[in-house]
Amino acid sequence: MIGLKKHTQVAFSQSPGRVSWEILNKDKRTRISFAILLLIIALAILAPIYSSFIAHTNPFVSSLDASFNMNGKTVQVLQPSTQGLGLGVTPIGPTWKFNHYFLGADSQGRDIVARILYGGRNTLFIGFVSSLLTMFFAILIGVIAGYYRGFIDNFLSRILDLIWAFPVYLLAISLSVVLLTSGLNFGFIHFGAGSLALPIFIIGMVYIPYVARPLRAQVLSIRERDFVKAAIGYGAGNSNIIFTEILPNVLPSALVFFPIMVALNMLTESALSFLSIGVQPPSASWGTIINDGLALLYTRPLVAILPGLMIVITAAALNLYGDAVRDALDPKLNTRIIK
Amino acid sequence: MYSKKNKLFKVATISLLITLVSSLILSTNVKADGNSLPAFDKSKAGGTLKLVAQSAAGTLDPKINYTAQYWQLYVATYDGLLAFKYASGPEAFKVVPDLATAMPVISNGGKTLTFTLRSGIKFSNGQPVTVNDVKASFERVFKVSGPTAGTFFNGIIGADVCLKTPATCKLDKGIVVNPSTNQVVLNLVSPDDAILYKLSTPHAAINPAATPGKDQGTTPIPTTGPYMYKSYDTNKSLILVRNPYFKEWSHDANPQGYPDQIEYDFGVTPTAAVTAVENNQVNFMFDQIPADRLPEIGTKYANQAHISQLTAMWYLPLNVNIAPFNNPKARQAINYAVDRNALIKIYGGANLATPVCSILPPNFPGHVDFCGYTKGATPQKPATSWTAPDLDLAKKLVKESGTQGQPVAVVVADDDVNKQMGVYLQSVLNAIGYKATVEAISGNIQFTYIQNTKNKVQISVTQWFQDYPAAVDFLYVLFGCASFIPNSDSSINMAGYCNKPLDDRMKAAITLGAVNPTAANAQWGQIDKDMMADAPTVPLFTPKQLDFISSGTKNYVFSPQNKMLFSQAQLK
Repeated sequence: MIGLKKHTQVAFSQSPGRVSWEILNKDKRTRISFAILLLIIALAILAPIYSSFIAHTNPFVSSLDASFNMNGKTVQVLQPSTQGLGLGVTPIGPTWKFNHYFLGADSQGRDIVARILYGGRNTLFIGFVSSLLTMFFAILIGVIAGYYRGFIDNFLSRILDLIWAFPVYLLAISLSVVLLTSGLNFGFIHFGAGSLALPIFIIGMVYIPYVARPLRAQVLSIRERDFVKAAIGYGAGNSNIIFTEILPNVLPSALVFFPIMVALNMLTESALSFLSIGVQPPSASWGTIINDGLALLYTRPLVAILPGLMIVITAAALNLYGDAVRDALDPKLNTRIIK
Repeated sequence: MYSKKNKLFKVATISLLITLVSSLILSTNVKADGNSLPAFDKSKAGGTLKLVAQSAAGTLDPKINYTAQYWQLYVATYDGLLAFKYASGPEAFKVVPDLATAMPVISNGGKTLTFTLRSGIKFSNGQPVTVNDVKASFERVFKVSGPTAGTFFNGIIGADVCLKTPATCKLDKGIVVNPSTNQVVLNLVSPDDAILYKLSTPHAAINPAATPGKDQGTTPIPTTGPYMYKSYDTNKSLILVRNPYFKEWSHDANPQGYPDQIEYDFGVTPTAAVTAVENNQVNFMFDQIPADRLPEIGTKYANQAHISQLTAMWYLPLNVNIAPFNNPKARQAINYAVDRNALIKIYGGANLATPVCSILPPNFPGHVDFCGYTKGATPQKPATSWTAPDLDLAKKLVKESGTQGQPVAVVVADDDVNKQMGVYLQSVLNAIGYKATVEAISGNIQFTYIQNTKNKVQISVTQWFQDYPAAVDFLYVLFGCASFIPNSDSSINMAGYCNKPLDDRMKAAITLGAVNPTAANAQWGQIDKDMMADAPTVPLFTPKQLDFISSGTKNYVFSPQNKMLFSQAQLK
């Protein structure tokens, strides 16, 4: 009977996946957000090319005594004040020349553009990988708890409740403070104190309940549906039912969650890095660059503003994309009707 | 009989000589230039002096706290038998009688100092100050294992036992008191040329005898000065109000203060503090001014900025007991690698600091111009001053030391300037072959954290401001064996450096200083050179003090000994 149902769908209309894909493709929000994301990802990937072949600078090395030649003059990257009492040293501002500190330097004499590009790599990478981690565990817990119910559900749900009872940022900060000094040693898992894996692990973990709880509720509902009862009646095994009946019905929701989680995790990473408990120096992320820029707000505000703008644009694009995915996958919305 | 008389004569002669020499030391180090404070003007008193800092400076206990931040307050709250004069200019290094009626009578070859305690002085809780309080205060230095117990006061008879068993410390032979005559006799094991200075520091303050023999933390101890502590919350503020029992007994030692109240607020970032001072919302900010605010202060607010020379140093203590800096070549490597000028840029520029290679600051007793760790120089053939780093030599030394690739954590305070220095040092350490990380921790605890061997700090960024103008305060206090107390927050020898032959030479220089300060200073200069050959630290630069005060703050007085004298600030 199950086979017949699928066959009937294919015979009389396009598959739901095909419908969703077409809706997604025709949505302007998808195109715009996808183009923005693609551009940002491409720029981040090209960071080493920019720093090595265009700017000729290493954005992870302090260059406090650096100078360069511009228009026949030697220009210091960190420029001492010559007015009044002669106090303070200010990093060079934008030169608008790609080969010489296009957008200026930070307090360590490092090229801001190169830092932002490299920072984008870390921010996006952490956001993406930690979201995968979140989704993996959220789906695993949600499906097991929702499908098996009873004691297993109670046990897993209480753990989720316990984690969710902590304010997310407070929990992330607490974990970061502890783990960033000592690293993480858990059985065969070992992450060093400055490893990128630590923020990925911390951010990935704290958001699991956010995704797992609604997925569990959905599984509880799906489990009561006729096609699942029929599968049970036919004597299908638990793993067979989970993989062939439950998961395919849960995955669209998970797909809707994913871009939103990437945006959320990226913001969390930036917040932790801003508080110096995320990505550790000399590595950069947009959060650490904002932190660096705080010390230059009065003389070189671009150092803090630019990575902030990058975060806003990327998070907005991801949310826009997430909305479009939700609309495309939601069977209750009128927009699903292809005209 | 004859021999006894002869001995007495000799002792009397030596005592007289010591007294004369001591006076000479003080008068040579301190040239009176007429910068004493004018008499108290009651019409200008009143108001609340508002101070801000990013963080509190830990315990309020004057026997334990060893921070410039709170010593600046202690001079307005606590008194010792002696004090550094309340004055500006070199006059501020002069030692004057405080709770003692006069300078001590020095006898017994410089080993006995006799004081007479002033009568009629009360603590802020109304109790009279007695000679028993004096004795108890010195015993308490040991009971709380104060950071200077082993360096400032280890020469008192009985101190050796107290250092071993602090809880039951008794100085019955070292401090002999007579309540009927108010006499206090301080007996030393050997003459100490810096004892008068040491007795003028807050660690020698007189507190009530009933003060418990443990760190009082945030609980204020009754004071004798013009102000007392009303409340202390390390996360919020420290409030000082007038001491109702204070009556000025010595204008030179501790004059009446002008503000009615002093409020120290914590949790204010340096950037916010600058803005608050500019807007006249607070009178003074403690922290280092962020580099990006300096240009505007140097131009728009130049008349509110006060730059003064300091006898101090910013330095990197290298833990000589754990890897990689338990290897002398690794220590020499980092000395060669660090670009002092780069760090001065972070600090605020060449007008605010001078690069150094020696432990004793320039123009300090015993200082010799030398630099063994600059391009083209070696500890054996030093240059006269630092010119440039030598990264190639540093890399070579790291390779030779076999410490290449080892992890190194740089521990810094979490303010902007220190963090930036940490990032720079990380970059340098990575460049010469280490795997460096930066640990920025709250300034409230960083200073004590880096002292405790339990925390296994390899390298840190810190500062040292003179306690008194003598070489012993830099070399012996910071790098003497007695200053190294494992597992203690009060182990000011952060490098954990204990070189017995050098330590013996320092002790000999201390004794020599009591009779021949010039010869002693020559020895200190050589000790500085020999110690730096062993490189337990990386001296970075001698800073200048930049005080930024609000336009509403009048009568700014800077003492090179005690920095800005808060009690003399006028708000009317």
